Amino acid sequence: MTTLAKNKITELFLNQAPSFENFPQLREKGRFLIIENGLPALKEEEYKFTPISKKLEQSISNFSPSKKSTLDQNMVQSHLFEGFEGDLLVFNNGNYDSSLSYVNQSGLEVLSLTDSAPELLGKIAITEKDPFVSLNDFYFEDGIFLKVKKNQKIDKPVFFLFFNEANVGQVISPRILIEVEENAEISFLENTISLDDSAYFSNAVTEIKGGPNSHIQYNRLQSENKKSIIVNNLETDIHRDATFTSVVISLSGDMVRNNLSLNLKDSGCEGNMYGLYLLNGKTHVDNHTNVDHTKPHSESNELYKGILADSSRGVFNGKIFVRQDAQKTNAFQQNNNILLSDDATVNTKPQLEIWADDVKCSHGCTTGQLDEEALFYLRSRGLGKDQAKGMLLYAFAGEVLEHVSDDSFKKYLTSIVQERLGSNF
Amino acid sequence: MLIIKNLHASIEGTPILRGINLEVKAGEVHAIMGPNGSGKSTLASVLAGREEFEVTEGEVLFKGKNLLELAPEERAREGVFLAFQYPVEIPGVSTTNFLRTAVNQVRDYRGLEPLDAVKFLSVMKEKMKLVEIDQKLMSRSLNEGFSGGEKKRNEIFQMAMLEPTLSILDETDSGLDIDALRIVSNGVNQLKSAETATIVVTHYQRLLDYIVPDFVHVLFNGRIVKSGTKDLALELEEKGYDWIKEEVNATSV
Repeated sequence: MTTLAKNKITELFLNQAPSFENFPQLREKGRFLIIENGLPALKEEEYKFTPISKKLEQSISNFSPSKKSTLDQNMVQSHLFEGFEGDLLVFNNGNYDSSLSYVNQSGLEVLSLTDSAPELLGKIAITEKDPFVSLNDFYFEDGIFLKVKKNQKIDKPVFFLFFNEANVGQVISPRILIEVEENAEISFLENTISLDDSAYFSNAVTEIKGGPNSHIQYNRLQSENKKSIIVNNLETDIHRDATFTSVVISLSGDMVRNNLSLNLKDSGCEGNMYGLYLLNGKTHVDNHTNVDHTKPHSESNELYKGILADSSRGVFNGKIFVRQDAQKTNAFQQNNNILLSDDATVNTKPQLEIWADDVKCSHGCTTGQLDEEALFYLRSRGLGKDQAKGMLLYAFAGEVLEHVSDDSFKKYLTSIVQERLGSNF
Repeated sequence: MLIIKNLHASIEGTPILRGINLEVKAGEVHAIMGPNGSGKSTLASVLAGREEFEVTEGEVLFKGKNLLELAPEERAREGVFLAFQYPVEIPGVSTTNFLRTAVNQVRDYRGLEPLDAVKFLSVMKEKMKLVEIDQKLMSRSLNEGFSGGEKKRNEIFQMAMLEPTLSILDETDSGLDIDALRIVSNGVNQLKSAETATIVVTHYQRLLDYIVPDFVHVLFNGRIVKSGTKDLALELEEKGYDWIKEEVNATSV
């Protein structure tokens, strides 16, 4: 086996990979693709600015799955934000912990992947598209299948709360499959708590199907420890007249890569992607987004904003694909960055492929410093320099937070962001 | 109140102000006029503490303090107010929130209790009347999408809220139609008192029909080359600036 491996990092994973018996086909295929293609090499286009394989080689020594940690009700309670109301799904190093979770709202069904063995698994996040999906395919132990039934409006959010740490093994592989049926509505919140400062690699795959006229919002907060290496693949298939909105707030970690793919499968779809990254130290955050317009009259909106201090690095790659059939598409994309130090870097790349001729697409990216003229204006009215700076940075960042659907979560995120902008920067 | 002695300032090594001398006493209104590029706005900016200008010589005393040593926010708290020629649009910062923070910073510095939300709103309502500014603008982002007239009215409104002792109006009249000009001037006039002073920087005499100055100074090539009463402004209106330039050139030969 080892002689077949493409590169060293691939070999490390293959040698220490678990051997679970569920989903044999999915696992075999994932494994095959990893053997065949390997994990991204240094010059691989899609991972050009984010040398994740190298980072894994340097930081991770035990490539087996992390064992379960000790969690209890009190720990879970202490990580719920103020005003939280809704259903709670707790994950222990990537595995669902039903004893600490509760699902009370009707219309909602949460099953283990092993028990439910849904057809849909692996059909949205296609393993061929990204090597980290393949890796997750044969590394995940179990996961959940969450289903929202037809015509159900789930009033309160469903909160995914992940607890992560390296426990012997350092690889964490969460797997979630969500199916929202026709006319159903739901919003998800996600937060990950690092239980300690250990280096670990979390490689998550979330697949979401939005049925016709469904409305889904997914809000994710990323504030894991300084040594954490994180890859997320969130992929959605959105059907006729459905809306999907993603909001990602990234605040820390060693290296974070978010792959977000929206497949607008029909007409009348709306896909929204919002992101905010506030980075300092040496944190590296890479947001790769992809929206695929396949049929006429769909819309996508995208706004990612970054504030970068110290020697942090941000990467934004926004792909908009408009197929020949997708006339009357509206697609908007914007990436704005403020660099607060000479050593901070941003690589931003809009990537538009438009095959239809009657579409409205726009994209823009800016990278600059804090507006000195605005700073002077506020100071000339009596605001101290730091206060004025905090106010301007928050005004910049706030535009993304506005899109968070749940009020309590929005309030929580706002307070974290405000605190951060007032102190670290 | 304000004493400027032999003030020299430059930007990126190019001298703009070349020895300004001016004294402004409480209760007075001074107009500073002059052709484009004479240094009018630079003078206003230097007094407010804009950092891209470097003061190379001279001093400025404000109520006995060395103004040039103070940061822009300290000058504001001491009572200097600059109405910007081009008020900055700041998306995401609501006018009300910003002003409340500013007013309470200034009050704190002056040893006054902060205004709570209710009191602040009532003061705001009262001052809004002065410049006939629309309540709706207050909840919008600062100056964002405001018309030229609304921006200038907002400047005077902020001035009313911050209660400065020295107000510097930098071409507040530029781009205003007669109605807006009347409203803005009216606001300024109502804020005048025996304890406060105003410096009006303008290109046009028209403003001085509404805000009547005690003194008019002509700035040319970074120096005040002529001072007089409001009649000087009328003379400039009639004859333009060329005769001043000629006079200066003649004396310098």
